[in-house]
Parts: sequence; C-alpha cells; structure tokens
Amino acid sequence: MRASSSNSTPNPNPTPVGAAAVEAPPRRRKRKREYAHLTRFARTKARLYAALPYVLLAIVSLPIVVMYSWLLMNSFSKKTLFGFIPQELTLNNWRFLWEPLRIGTSVHPSIWTVTGNTLLFAGGVTVLIVLISTLAGFALSRFDFRGRQSIMQLTILLHAFPGVTLMIAIFFVLLYLMKFTGLPFLNSLWGVVLVKAALEIPWSAWIIKGFFDAIPWEVEWSAYVDGCNRFQAWYKVILPQIRPGIAAIAIFSFLAGWGEFIFLYTFIFSEAFYTLSLYLNSIIGEFQVVEYGVVAAVALFYMIPVIVFFIFTQKGLMQVTVGGLKGGR
Amino acid sequence: MASIRLEHLTKRFGNVVAVDDLNLEIADGEFVALLGPSGCGKTTTLLMIAGIYEPTEGKIYFDDVCVNDVAPKDRYVGLVFQSYALYPHMSVFDNIAFPLRLNKTPRAEIERRVREVAKLAQIENLLDRRPAQLSGGQQQRVALCRALVKEPEVLLLDEPLSNLDARLRIETRAEIKRLQKELGITTILVTHDQIEALSMADRVAVMHQGVLQQYTTPEELYNRPANLFVASFIGDPPMNLFEVRYRRGGELELPGGRALRLPEPLARRLEARRLEEGATLTLGLRPEDVELSETETPEGFPAEVYLAETLGGDLLVHFRLGDGGDGPRLRALTDPERRVTMGQRLWLVPDPNKLHLFGPDGRSLLAEAEEEAPVPHPQRA
Ligand SMILES: Nc1ncnc2c1ncn2[C@@H]1O[C@H](COP(=O)(O)OP(=O)(O)OP(=O)(O)O)[C@@H](O)[C@H]1O
Ligand SMILES: [Mg+2]
Repeated sequence: MRASSSNSTPNPNPTPVGAAAVEAPPRRRKRKREYAHLTRFARTKARLYAALPYVLLAIVSLPIVVMYSWLLMNSFSKKTLFGFIPQELTLNNWRFLWEPLRIGTSVHPSIWTVTGNTLLFAGGVTVLIVLISTLAGFALSRFDFRGRQSIMQLTILLHAFPGVTLMIAIFFVLLYLMKFTGLPFLNSLWGVVLVKAALEIPWSAWIIKGFFDAIPWEVEWSAYVDGCNRFQAWYKVILPQIRPGIAAIAIFSFLAGWGEFIFLYTFIFSEAFYTLSLYLNSIIGEFQVVEYGVVAAVALFYMIPVIVFFIFTQKGLMQVTVGGLKGGR
Repeated sequence: MASIRLEHLTKRFGNVVAVDDLNLEIADGEFVALLGPSGCGKTTTLLMIAGIYEPTEGKIYFDDVCVNDVAPKDRYVGLVFQSYALYPHMSVFDNIAFPLRLNKTPRAEIERRVREVAKLAQIENLLDRRPAQLSGGQQQRVALCRALVKEPEVLLLDEPLSNLDARLRIETRAEIKRLQKELGITTILVTHDQIEALSMADRVAVMHQGVLQQYTTPEELYNRPANLFVASFIGDPPMNLFEVRYRRGGELELPGGRALRLPEPLARRLEARRLEEGATLTLGLRPEDVELSETETPEGFPAEVYLAETLGGDLLVHFRLGDGGDGPRLRALTDPERRVTMGQRLWLVPDPNKLHLFGPDGRSLLAEAEEEAPVPHPQRA
C-alpha cells in the first residue's frame, strides 16, 4: 500500500479552476491505492471462482466414486475391509456366467437367457420408438392439420406426468386387451415393450420434430421439383438429414429400455421373461442370505453393455443439445 | 420448351392476398423478369408455376395445357431458390445428379451430363465437396446446375444473384443470359433489382402488392411507364415526380407559377382527354432528362442547388424548385466536370419529348386513348 501511494506520479495538469483543485491530488492517490487493492481482491476472487466448480463437483461425485469402487471390489472378493479393501480375491461371485445361480434353496435362470430378454426388450422398445416418433415428428413439423398445437402441448404435459401413476390403469388395459384378443399382453416382453414405447414416444417425437423443423422448406420443395414424390422426398432428402436425431432417440430409447424395471416388475410374472433388472432384484430380494459379492458382480455385468454402448454413441448423444442445427445451412 | 400462360391467378394466405388476379403470357423461349418490391408476391407466383403452391383461383397453362393438377415432379421445371436449397448431406456431384438419378438416367450419361453442366458453370473442381464447404456464389452455381442438368421445359430463378458480390453478380448476370439464349429455355427470373430485370429479360412484369402493374419490354418500361408506381419504381436515381396544374391549350403550371409548354403531339393527346382546366396532374421527369443552364432561358425553371453527390461517372444534383428555392425537391444528373455550389441558382430545362404525365388516378396520360388499360395492366403479346 505504501508502494502504490509513493509511485503515484504528479498530476500532469493540476490546475483546474475553483476550490476543488486543492482537493484533487490526495483524492487521486487514494483512489489508486483502492484500485490496487480491488485488483488484488478481484484476482483472488476470480481464482476462487474458477476452482469452486471443481471442488463442488469433487465433493458431489465422491459418493458415486465410492459406490462404484465398492461394486468393483466386492465383485472380486470374498470379504472386504471397510467396504473398500478386498480380502481374498475370488471369481466365485461371477459364477453366474457359466452356471445357473444357486443361492440358498432357489435356482435362478441362466444369465444368458436373461440378457437375451433384456436385449430383446430394449431393442423392441428402440425400434418401436424410432419408427413411430420419426413419422409423428415429421407430421408435427410439416403438416398443418387441425389440433396440431394442442397435440404438441398435450405431448409435453403427458411427458411431465410420471408414468408410474398410470400403473394400475395400464394393468387393466393390458388385461382387457388380453381378454379380447387372446394375445399375451400381460406376462410377456412384448406387452411391456408396448407400454414402455408408448410412454417414451411423446418425448422422442418432440425431439425429432426439432430436427425436422431445422430442414428448410425450400430443400424439401427442391426435392419435389427435382422429381421426388412425397415418400421419396422423405426418404432420400429429409431422412438423411435427421440421422443424428434418429441416432439420439435410438440411443436414449435403448438406454431407457435397458434400465427399465418398474413396468417389467409389475407386468411380468414368470422367470422365463426375466430381464437383467428383474434378475438383479430377485437376487437382492433373496430371503435368508444376501450374497453382496454376487449382487455386485451382476450389477457390474448389467452395466458393462451400457458403458460400452455409451462410449460408442456419445457423439450422437451430444447432437441433441445442438437440436439438429448442425450441418444445416 | 414450353410457353406459359397465367389466367386470373390468385393466391391468398388466410386474408393476405399475395397474388391478385395475375394474367401473364410468356412465349416459348422467352426470358421474363418478375420485378417488384419485397413482399409483392413474386416468390408466390413462382412457386405456383412450379406446382408447390396450389393457386387459390385461376389457371396455369404450359403450352395451352392446364397444369393446375400436375404434380411438381411432372412439370419439368428447373427451380433455383433464393436460398439455393442444396441438399446438405450430398456432395456437389450428387446434388446435381439427383434429378437425373430420380428419372433413372443411365449411369454413364449422368456422369457425362453432370460434368458437362459443371464445366459450363466452372465448378468442375468442386464436385466432391459438400454444399457447406462452398461460398455463396459457388452454391448459387451448383443450384443453377441442378436446375439445368435435367434440361427443363421451364427455368424458374428466384433472386439467384442476391447473395453474390457486385462483380460476380454482373458476370453471372451475363452468363445466365447467354446460357438461356443458347439453350432456349423459357425462363422466369424473380428479382427486386431493377437493373437485373432490365438488363437480362426480354420482357419485365412489374408487380406491386400482388397486382401486375405493367408487362412489357425493358425499353418501354423505362420510356413509357404505365402508372405512377412503375414510374417511381423504375430508374435509379428515381424519377422526379411533382404535382402540376393543367391549363387548356397545352400548358402545365408548375409549382411557383411558371408554365411549361407541352410539345404539340402531347398537347393534342391531352386535349383529347378533355381534362378540366386546373386539374391536378403529376409530372414525371427523369434526372437524366433535365439540362442545367447557368443563364435564364424561356423554357427553363429557376432552382437552387441543395446538395450534390458524385455517383461514379455522374454528378447527381438535388434542387429546390422555385425562385426562392422553396418548391418541391428535384434531382438532376449532370456530368461531374460541372462545378456546382450549394445555394447556387441554376435554370433547369426539361427535355420536352421525355416528359411523363399521370392523371389523378395515377395512370399514364401518354398512352393513346384506345390502348389504355386499367391500372393492373396486362399487355398482351
Ligand atoms: N406461407 C405463407 N403464409 C402466409 N403469408 C405468406 C406466405 N408466403 C408469403 N406470404 C405473404 O404473401 C406476400 C407475398 O410474399 P412473397 O414471398 O411472394 O413475396 P416476394 O415478392 O417474393 O418478396 P421478397 O422479394 O421479399 O422475396 C407477403 O405479404 C407475404 O407475407
Ligand atoms: Mg421472394
């Protein structure tokens, strides 16, 4: 502070008219000192602010890191110290990979059948959602029909409701469908695929509509003038341009299907149609003994495809925030 | 190739009338420009001809066949959009080849024709790029190639030069005109740039608020504008327009009281119209049809220099008419060698053979009485 006041240069034109001129030089010096102080303060503040997110994020992610490391360690050990430090490494917890799992008195179905069911379920959900929401999104974006506005508002509203609240109603719908058609809507993967897809489609259609919106009318018109009929224009000109959007909803639908639990748990009764989430649940819910090592191993096994899938598709996921504007001109 | 006829073509969007009872005939191989200010319905007209918009009323004929119910793909038109509308997911080659692929042209022929048209437009070296990697001018040429490659019956161009820089615009203007004549394709060019319209087209259709104002050759449009709108719209710098009073015996009283003697044929034509003594008319005078004189002449009108601007090869002088310089504003073009100073008093001498006169309804009084048409002025070829 001393330094800053001593190196203050004399005022170059120190003769303003009036009484205020007498006050001027000390005021200037004082201000300079203030600025120096403020500058130092601002720098410290800026540094603090820059560090703050990292500190906060580190604190917030700590429990997650602890949880996953618990999973990993547990799955490969007989016992652990403080939940972290593995004691006696073993592959025994992963035995469900090569033989039907026996815990206590019960025998669980083969993990590979279960994985197949999960893939079937997630794949079915994905295909259904992508097919229907691309068509619906196209219609919402391009056709001017009565009630278009209200459909879009309803869509948002529908997505805002938690699907779980509809559980009982859906049960009855499936039950009556089964009664009238004789087809197995309850206790079948396809029944739940229908339910899951129906709940996800509004949101996907909304997302994909944004991608369609980003395609200028002129480009579509160009296609018509160049000799396309409606289907060709959709298929050859519009569809390729919304590929990132389709990829995004496909990925999200697949992940949603892969992670689905509550509807499967409610509408599936027989072990033949178990998916990984139900399988995991049945191990946890085993009365008498809970083998935490096995639970951890199954949980990890359940996660692996998701992680691999995510690594390969994260680029597509990122596209969603861009809203399909990328590549358009 | 095809001739085009529009009959009572009307397009309404809700209660906006975009195109109002448009009648137009375009001969086979002709180059017609649709000219008008923004929002006058040019694009709408073009899109109706292409079959993208359905007319609210009226009919469109190609070669005397009504095509109202023909799908765009079957009209054989080439269309260049204002925004070019290239397919962003295809290479330049695929963009140009797209219409040919759709009509199942053999592979080798596609290759040949795309290269041929690309060479014409000087974009052969860009064929592998994506549209996003091209400049606006290059995109424009790709769009033109895509429209030309299918050898359309009718070529529709919607402000295809609007995104080009001034020099490229002049070059491309000449290029398009040459190409059109060479291929003999019936062409409609939409533009709000009068220089573009006047320099390229065989005939120009001027539109205003959806209504056709005049449809004739560029020279006619310039020399004999049919109404006040055309008079004020065509010409740069714009025509001087101010109110005058009609005096029997072939004289006009200008603001400030001085009289302008009309040449004999013009006077007779006005006489034939039985205008009332003292009727208010609008006199039009192009800036280039006014001579400046430093000394008083019997045909001259005193005016005071208000402002002078250099426009490249010309000097544009703004005047205030009247002895005290308090009359209406007026512009005159003169050669830049001339020294004018602000506030200087000069005499303006209009060329008596280049006067334009408009009646109270805004219609030109110079046309012969029998060739006179209502304000929407569909002049048949
Ligand atoms: N799809 C539409 N819905 C409603 N109004 C429209 C539509 N398209 C055009 N219009 C209106 O019709 C009128 C004519 O539009 P048009 O696009 O033909 O003008 P333009 O002459 O091409 O103008 P510009 O030079 O700006 O391109 C305008 O007033 C416009 O607002
Ligand atoms: Mg337009």
